[in-house]
Amino acid sequence: MAAIEQKDRLASDWSDEQVETVIGNILRAGVMLAGGVVLLGGIAYLAAHGHEQPDVHVFKGVSPELRSVRGITADALALHPRGIVQLGLLLLIATPVARVVLAAYAFHRQRDRVFVAVALFVLLVLLGSLAGWRL
Amino acid sequence: MDVLHLSFVIWISALIAGLLGALTGLGGGVVIVPTLSLLLGVDIRYAIGASLVSVIATSSGAAAAYVREGFTNLRIGMFLEMATTLGATAGAFLAGVLHTNVIAVIFGAVLIVSAYLSRTNPPPDPEDRGPDPLASRLRMDSTYPTPEGPKPYHVRALPQGFGLMFVAGGLSGLLGIGSGAAKVLAMDQVMRVPFKVSTTTSNFMIGVTAAASAGLYLNRGYIKPGLAMPVVIGVLMGSMLGTRVLVKAHTKQLRLAFSLVILALGIEMIFNGLTGRI
Repeated sequence: MAAIEQKDRLASDWSDEQVETVIGNILRAGVMLAGGVVLLGGIAYLAAHGHEQPDVHVFKGVSPELRSVRGITADALALHPRGIVQLGLLLLIATPVARVVLAAYAFHRQRDRVFVAVALFVLLVLLGSLAGWRL
Repeated sequence: MDVLHLSFVIWISALIAGLLGALTGLGGGVVIVPTLSLLLGVDIRYAIGASLVSVIATSSGAAAAYVREGFTNLRIGMFLEMATTLGATAGAFLAGVLHTNVIAVIFGAVLIVSAYLSRTNPPPDPEDRGPDPLASRLRMDSTYPTPEGPKPYHVRALPQGFGLMFVAGGLSGLLGIGSGAAKVLAMDQVMRVPFKVSTTTSNFMIGVTAAASAGLYLNRGYIKPGLAMPVVIGVLMGSMLGTRVLVKAHTKQLRLAFSLVILALGIEMIFNGLTGRI
């Protein structure tokens, strides 16, 4: 009996309303953090490259180190302005991913197996995309 | 024009796009790509990459506020995100195969349709036709706040809505837009969900949908930090400003003006696509 009450209490800790509040906080924090990193990197970028000629008119594709999670992290840690901006953009892309992870956990706490599977499916598609679907 | 000047011009344009997008509820992404490619001569692939990232920023920022109001239906959103993320993946693959001329023409057509849709008023809440067995089993039926207290609603035609969401995701992944209008249409007209629930849940889904194609765009080298930076900052500031002044603005005239701008951009996109200038 006590075990069931305990279960009910745990489940009510993760009611839809509370999940909504946590998700709202994650989204806001993610956007603020990402925006801050992009802004800092952007100021450094403009200070270093502001007087160069822009190369956005002809498509060449950005350099390979700015195309993968690993490359971007390394470039940002080396404090290259472009790498810092790209890290901020990566954090922005990661914000909805974090939201899906949280939703999967919340559905697990609510013992809703169908929706745990739904959330994990979406997560798989998102991670596959970030990895470039190179399996 | 050097990098500093171009970044400033792009930042101002993105700020205006984000502001108008928030004020009219049409989203800024839809005008970012034509502005960058038609007016500033940016390659459309870089423009789409930058727009896509800015879409994640605005939708996540707005969703953070909306989920607390209690209109957003997390279950509907999460379930339909299976369709939108798969569609977005397909759209992003297609973007790598199709010629930029073709993408420009499709973009123009979507702009013209959005301009038309934005002229129509939000429909009255649909009458409740009772539960749908599949949607009820998935516990999607819920309530939404009204002045008279929480009002229950049911979800209809889940499979049809799911199919339309795949198409909406495809457009988002192909064109770098949020495709909120298509998502709202699917939920509101087909699934018969109340309008405010449709718009907030659609916005909630936009970020995840865009993230599914943004990964592929990143891998393909479409996301250029120097360009995406002023776009993201501008759109984010513009939309935050937009939500603050929303109450004071004359949204009706604004919507009309903005839809005319979208229409003009759509025609120009199609023209440039057909004449091979993009």
